[in-house]
Amino acid sequence: MPVPIRYSPLLQLSLAKVRGILREPEAIFWVVVFPVLLSIALGIAFRASGPAVLPVAVQQGAGAEALVRTLTASEALSVELLEEELAREALRTGRVAVVVIPGESWTFWYDPTRPESREARLVSDATLQRAAGRVDAHATDVRKMTEKGSRYIDFLIPGLIGMNLMGTGMWSIGFSIVNSRQRRILKRFVATPMRRWQYLLAQFVGRLVFLVIEVGVLLGAATLLFGVPIRGTWVLLGAVCGLGAFTFSATGLLVASRPRTVEGVSGLMNLVMMPMWILSGTFFSTERFPELMQPIVQALPLTALNDALREVMIEGAAAVQILDEIAIVGAWGILAFLTALVLFRWQ
Amino acid sequence: MKSAAIRCRGLVKRYGDVVAVDGLDLEVRPGECFGLLGPNGAGKTTTVEIFEGLLAPDEGDVEVLGQRWRGDGRALRDRLGIQLQETKLHEKLTVLETITLFRSFYSRGAAPEEVLELVGLEEKGRAWVRALSGGQQQRLSLACALTCDPELLFLDEPTTGLDPQSRRKIWEIVHDLRSRERTVLLTTHYMDEAERLCDRVAIVDRGKIIALGSPAELIASLGADNVVEIACERPPDLSSVPGLGDVQLVAGDASRLRITVDRLHRAVPGILAALKTQQVELLNLATHQATLEDLFMALTGRHLRGD
Repeated sequence: MPVPIRYSPLLQLSLAKVRGILREPEAIFWVVVFPVLLSIALGIAFRASGPAVLPVAVQQGAGAEALVRTLTASEALSVELLEEELAREALRTGRVAVVVIPGESWTFWYDPTRPESREARLVSDATLQRAAGRVDAHATDVRKMTEKGSRYIDFLIPGLIGMNLMGTGMWSIGFSIVNSRQRRILKRFVATPMRRWQYLLAQFVGRLVFLVIEVGVLLGAATLLFGVPIRGTWVLLGAVCGLGAFTFSATGLLVASRPRTVEGVSGLMNLVMMPMWILSGTFFSTERFPELMQPIVQALPLTALNDALREVMIEGAAAVQILDEIAIVGAWGILAFLTALVLFRWQ
Repeated sequence: MKSAAIRCRGLVKRYGDVVAVDGLDLEVRPGECFGLLGPNGAGKTTTVEIFEGLLAPDEGDVEVLGQRWRGDGRALRDRLGIQLQETKLHEKLTVLETITLFRSFYSRGAAPEEVLELVGLEEKGRAWVRALSGGQQQRLSLACALTCDPELLFLDEPTTGLDPQSRRKIWEIVHDLRSRERTVLLTTHYMDEAERLCDRVAIVDRGKIIALGSPAELIASLGADNVVEIACERPPDLSSVPGLGDVQLVAGDASRLRITVDRLHRAVPGILAALKTQQVELLNLATHQATLEDLFMALTGRHLRGD
């Protein structure tokens, strides 16, 4: 006699898993709302602004008026005339980038540690020299780079997806398993003919449902609000996200295999995730870490996942170009999963 | 004769130096409601969890429905309904979802809606588990055990911590099962629960069975139907009073006595006369019909509860 679909244990276990998460408003916030808010906030903070106008001050003195007129003619500069004391104050606080002091020779008073200050000095010098009759030794031309994919938000979004895959995978699996162990639900299940692999598989199935939601929402926000490009194929991007979700779910399973209390597993999860938040190049490039640390940084699953996501989304990489990253992420996942099966405590 | 629902011999379970179960022999007959009665820590739960295949005994032999626990025991689990002590079911599933989940683990059984009715929760099918009272949660836990229409049902302390009304409700459900000739093994430290529900009771203390029989037989084994408790201003001497059974000190105080008696109407005047002769003032006198609690006290010198 075929078993009615209603009594399929895999279906019921997966439904219980999905319902458990859906009915937890906090979980929805952290999985869906928070990453979008974060990407919006960071996207606005680091948005690409138009060509910068450099603030310049001319110090009061003989010939100052003429300098102001000449400098004002440049579109790249905004100019004001200030008393010496006020000019010093403006330069010290960064309100102006350079102070031009009139005289026999023009003096550029600037802060060499600030790029903006160095640039303002060069631009105002060139403007004044050209007005005074300097001729360029060679003809020049310019072209402007405006292509998408080079902005900070383009770097950030794949990293946020990677970080989110880690956080959701670990929490959604780890927390609920330990919670069930603490409430003795696991023990109660073991007292039934339930197949244990079906319980574990249902955890992953439930996780998969949220993968679609969380990645979909983040990618939607990124492409619609910020025009972040997706140059690789959707299939490959989906596969990389799926692999990342599997690896961090397996890590969540491993972390949750022994602890008896939710407090215990929370601490363990933060211990596992903390180094990756910092080291795995979510918010800034991993190249900023010294050579000595690179072997560790590059071996972390989140680093490999972030790199793979960036290469697929921004560079349009094909599967063969990200085999190394896929191997690292996959190896971590399989290792964590098998270890978890050995260590798992049902009662 | 059908083979036993549960049979065990020489069961031993140790936790470090503590012997939780100490050479226990037991046979539960098909169709009976069998009670393990004893104080907390007597080894009841450990014994039941060995029967349920959740714990492995250190020594001894266990047969459940004619089978031994081997491998994952799925075929055997399919025939058992189990209620564990202190399972807190998922708060954010509904009652019906929870029962359906448990039903899906078994190869056969009743429809979740029917089980819901059986435990009187039909109004609560769509309510979250979190919204249930303690008694309703316990009935839900019972429903999860009943959903497979079990041949053998284990109930571990089914009414502990419940209010009297909820306890009576659970009793009704168990009583109903009993009338349908399901085998039930329940543990309890309430003697009224054991007396009311069980065909036979084993009194367990320190991992051993110290008495076994129907509640009526066990009470009769006291040799007296009634218990008289007296408190005096100083220790009396009752050795000359005829018709008294067992005389025990209460809380080690010689001026407070528990006396089992056969015939209340003869014993009480005799006691009063003796006190008067000895000029011992009586502070209190109470009598009740003998219960399993009295048997437990007679056997161990301790109360079932609170020690």
